[in-house]
Amino acid sequence: MAAPFTRLSAVAAPLLRDNIDTDAIIPSREMRSVSKTGLSGGLYAGWRYTAIGGREPAPGFVLNQPDFADARILLSGANFGCGSSREHAAWALAEYGFRVIVAPSFNPIFRGNCVRNGIVPVELPADAIARLAAWIEAAPRDRPLTVDLERRTVTGPESHAFAMDDESRQMLLHGLDPIGLTLRDRDSIAAFRARDATQRPWAYL
Amino acid sequence: MTGLTLFEKLWRQHLVADVDESSGLLLIDRILLHERTGGVALRSLAEAGHRVMAPGQVFATMDHVVDTLPGRSDVTLMPTGTAFITALREEANANAIRLFDIGDPGQGIVHVISPEQGIVLPGLTLVCADSHTCTQGALGALAWGIGSSEAEHALATGTLRVRKPKTMRVTIDGTLGTGVTAKDLALFLLARFGANGARGHIVEFAGEVIRAMPIEARMTLCNLATEFSAFSAIIAPDDSTITYFEGRRFAPTGEEWDRAAAMWRTFVSDADAVFDAELAIDAGEVPVMVTWGTNPEQATAIGGVVPAGSERRGADAHARSLAYMAIEPGQPLGQLAIDAAFIGSCTNSRLSDLQRAAAILRGRHVAPGIRAICVPGSTEVKRQAEAAGLDAVFRAAGFEWRESGCSICFFAGGESFGAEERVISTTNRNFESRQGPMTRTHLASPEVVAASAITGRITDPRELI
Repeated sequence: MAAPFTRLSAVAAPLLRDNIDTDAIIPSREMRSVSKTGLSGGLYAGWRYTAIGGREPAPGFVLNQPDFADARILLSGANFGCGSSREHAAWALAEYGFRVIVAPSFNPIFRGNCVRNGIVPVELPADAIARLAAWIEAAPRDRPLTVDLERRTVTGPESHAFAMDDESRQMLLHGLDPIGLTLRDRDSIAAFRARDATQRPWAYL
Repeated sequence: MTGLTLFEKLWRQHLVADVDESSGLLLIDRILLHERTGGVALRSLAEAGHRVMAPGQVFATMDHVVDTLPGRSDVTLMPTGTAFITALREEANANAIRLFDIGDPGQGIVHVISPEQGIVLPGLTLVCADSHTCTQGALGALAWGIGSSEAEHALATGTLRVRKPKTMRVTIDGTLGTGVTAKDLALFLLARFGANGARGHIVEFAGEVIRAMPIEARMTLCNLATEFSAFSAIIAPDDSTITYFEGRRFAPTGEEWDRAAAMWRTFVSDADAVFDAELAIDAGEVPVMVTWGTNPEQATAIGGVVPAGSERRGADAHARSLAYMAIEPGQPLGQLAIDAAFIGSCTNSRLSDLQRAAAILRGRHVAPGIRAICVPGSTEVKRQAEAAGLDAVFRAAGFEWRESGCSICFFAGGESFGAEERVISTTNRNFESRQGPMTRTHLASPEVVAASAITGRITDPRELI
């Protein structure tokens, strides 16, 4: 399970496009092995490199700019992580070093994948994100953002509060293993199944 | 007390325990795996010391990575594809999970074979590490896409910790026009309400059009709910649904069938149920649609023109899509020349899809220089199509006739369409480089794809009828 997250101050990289899909975050062609690791090189491969399959950095891409080399927070557009459910997108972002993504909204499957991998999905209004991005871009390395999950705030020139459901927040704060947590209830699950099998026998094969 | 929505009824029936005020621990009735993520999930589970709790309720198939060329084997055009195939096979065997392997008559795209064999049933909870699992909500199941970690959780515990979605009803009354299909309806919905339009909601499709809609078309409509950012989609089971499942391989029989069917008939939203959001569409407004951009919401009437950007949807994104697609505002979509045509995917690869495309192709031939491919959604769909002589129609028209699988719905490093080639496709995603590096995808119905292949430009099928 991922490392617990309480508070982080780090460089934030803005990539303010709406509808960034998981094919863009990690193209299918970059998912070469039956593994959850070795994926960060493929992160944003279609935009990050000059040629498909290549590794020569495209100079215009935000993560290739020296100012953002240490970015651990990503600012993005609405509906981030739409498309394929591939958890490789969250694995690649985490392996690259991102611990927080700030966007106006997330695709629901991708959001769940973030929580399972220790990435904090923060929802803020688009205009607040645009203001943060403008402030950062003047001096990215000298203007880190601070994300506090205990207090649920993102702080730059001003502090923004965000909401998060308690289950996700506890998972992230404590780096919990949800399977272990659920298996504590294994007896009640077994009892529920036994009762249910008399009502819906066709559900049990 | 007010009535319950269909979703609420299924939620309560499967709720093992509340996790907190916004989440529940839900019983999971079916788990589907494919070779793209199934092997890694099962391996990771074993490494963590967990076992599959109810292997009889888990099914696996080869669809994402396997080739669709005739004579296929474990060797794939995708480099390293073999590793994914063998990993799933080994892990399925080790865990006593039923696998529809290459060569098995039950093999096919996961969301095609599951309804086809009665793996999904009305009222079941079903999950799969695939975003298009919402397709199966068309059968009245609570079916949704998850990531690999959640798949491991479901396999190990028979449950998932689920954030409860809000409910949205989309009511479609009236009558769809001639030549207007479920695919057009889905693209119309996305264009009107946006790719974020159902965020946080499970969408129940309802209304006259849905009741009259054949089961396979309902699957096409529900398939695109994930592009709507919905948790999933669902359609209340009715007589058509129940008839559809009679005699299916994993459906109940005898006295159990009668009990099941009686329960399924209660899976409707009560007349006084209150939804968190309601949308309505007059079916008469829905034209034949085609996408012009790089997100499914960037769709418009096939007789229309490439739209100018609007501030609301983001001018930069609009300009970026236009540049990628090499088109300009005001350009008529019907004049865009295509290089390739693709019929297949979990959206539009079932027998009725192939029949409707074949009706347009019969006695015609694709335009010179057009590469045209048809990939049946399952080995069973292929068998039925061949029994009806449809393969001959596709072949005579100049289409390749393939083995079943996801194929070039997406580029995984193997087969692809060419850079800057314009492809008219029955699939569900027109993202940048989705069907090949720098390939330009336009999404549409099987009828539009067939008609466009014939003329060599994006074409309203009604021009050919």
